[in-house]
Amino acid sequence: MKLKVQNLIKKFNSTIAVNNISFEIEKNTVLGLLGPNGCGKTTSIGMMLGLITPTSGKIYINDTCLEPKNRIKLLSLMNFASPYIELPKKLTVKQNLEVYARLYGVTEIEKRIDEMIENLNIKDFLNKKTGDLSSGQKNRVALAKSLINKPKLLFLDEPTASLDPDVGDFVREYIEKYKKNNELTIVLASHNMREVERLCNKIVMMKHGEIVDRGTCEQLIKKHGRQNLEETFLKIARSKNEL
Amino acid sequence: MALSLRHVYLIKGSFPRILDLIYWPTVQIFLWGFISKFFTLNSSYFENTVGIILSAAILYDFLFRSSISYNMMFLEEIWSRNFTNLFIAPIRISEIITALTLTAIIRTLIGLVPAALLAIPFFGVSIFKIGAPLIFLLISLYIFGVTLGLLVTSGLIRFGPSFENIAWASLFFLAPLGCIYYPIEILPSWLQIIAKFFPLVHIFEEMRNILINDIINYFKISKAILISFLYFIFGVIIFYISYNGAKDRGTLINMGE
Repeated sequence: MKLKVQNLIKKFNSTIAVNNISFEIEKNTVLGLLGPNGCGKTTSIGMMLGLITPTSGKIYINDTCLEPKNRIKLLSLMNFASPYIELPKKLTVKQNLEVYARLYGVTEIEKRIDEMIENLNIKDFLNKKTGDLSSGQKNRVALAKSLINKPKLLFLDEPTASLDPDVGDFVREYIEKYKKNNELTIVLASHNMREVERLCNKIVMMKHGEIVDRGTCEQLIKKHGRQNLEETFLKIARSKNEL
Repeated sequence: MALSLRHVYLIKGSFPRILDLIYWPTVQIFLWGFISKFFTLNSSYFENTVGIILSAAILYDFLFRSSISYNMMFLEEIWSRNFTNLFIAPIRISEIITALTLTAIIRTLIGLVPAALLAIPFFGVSIFKIGAPLIFLLISLYIFGVTLGLLVTSGLIRFGPSFENIAWASLFFLAPLGCIYYPIEILPSWLQIIAKFFPLVHIFEEMRNILINDIINYFKISKAILISFLYFIFGVIIFYISYNGAKDRGTLINMGE
């Protein structure tokens, strides 16, 4: 699924959160949306999910404009996972997956839940209340929820934040594997530069609501004369807009 | 349907939650039962004081529970930080309103049916004595209760969880104007005019009319339903305005405790 963001601006009163950003993501690729805290990543994702109304600009998903009349159709093809939002804590994992499968109009619910259970190793805590799970378990359940409708466009906001290296690696590996076997375009916002290097085909660097640089990992590292993406990120984040 | 299922699972999975739903209406019924029994012993105003006050208490609690149930379901989404997940799912706002409206009745009935049944052996009062009009009075109360819930949830969307206290206070604000336990004539004449703009006066006046005079005025009952329904439409419009405002201000993302 192709995503095209065109001259997107979001102002909150006099504050410009996102300032005229434009980019395109080709079908079946992963775009890393990077930048320091408060640079406008979450606001941008919010607009792409239809949760925030842009002040101006357009978002096209497979050439269909994201606007109220197309909202339901486009949302059924998308999904989102973030450690900052949770599933109802008092419901069991299975109940949560069932509720979201129904909300997304999944046809063979049991079959799809079984697939997710097996792929993400969540069988052991399937009947546990979601609020009683560890961070790693919650993260896998959130990932299962975000893939329950077999989305064509997936937004991941720091998917491995607060996870131990083992679980973090499991999640990254799963995303890679899932993408190989399914048609999926991903927008990934992350502060884990090794994760970005591993998963992303292209990177958009944001700062103060604007796109300050873009390209592949290798291109950006080379352009800024650094050894790796982390150093490149630091250079861009600490520079005074001289880029 | 899926959203309703989420709340059914929530109720089913927690005994303290069910207990909490039943506890307050039951306490309310017992409290008013004893107060009105005391009035009966010391007043000759109505022969059936216990019946009238207790029936009013049950109907008022039905209104209270329907509104609170609606608010609670919305607050549950905020408390569990599930708000964003809900609003990125491919469901229409009208479907969210419908699901919450239909599910609120389950919570309301879980709370009220035991209390209403307990009033029969303990105080000899049966709300069911009102007969067929009871259904229409309950419909009117339910529509108005849900409307108040809609207005409070609109505030929650607009102002965030800090609006929560208003959710609890909203019904107490309208109670004096509703003439729940006393006739409208008790109010000063200027307040009577204002009170008539709300369906509560018509509902509770009609309840007393049925219980005291044994007269059913379907015109007044229809009027109460119509007023409630107009408020409901107003509530839905406000909800949509708040939703669009929240999208504009970006408060739908990461809303939580």
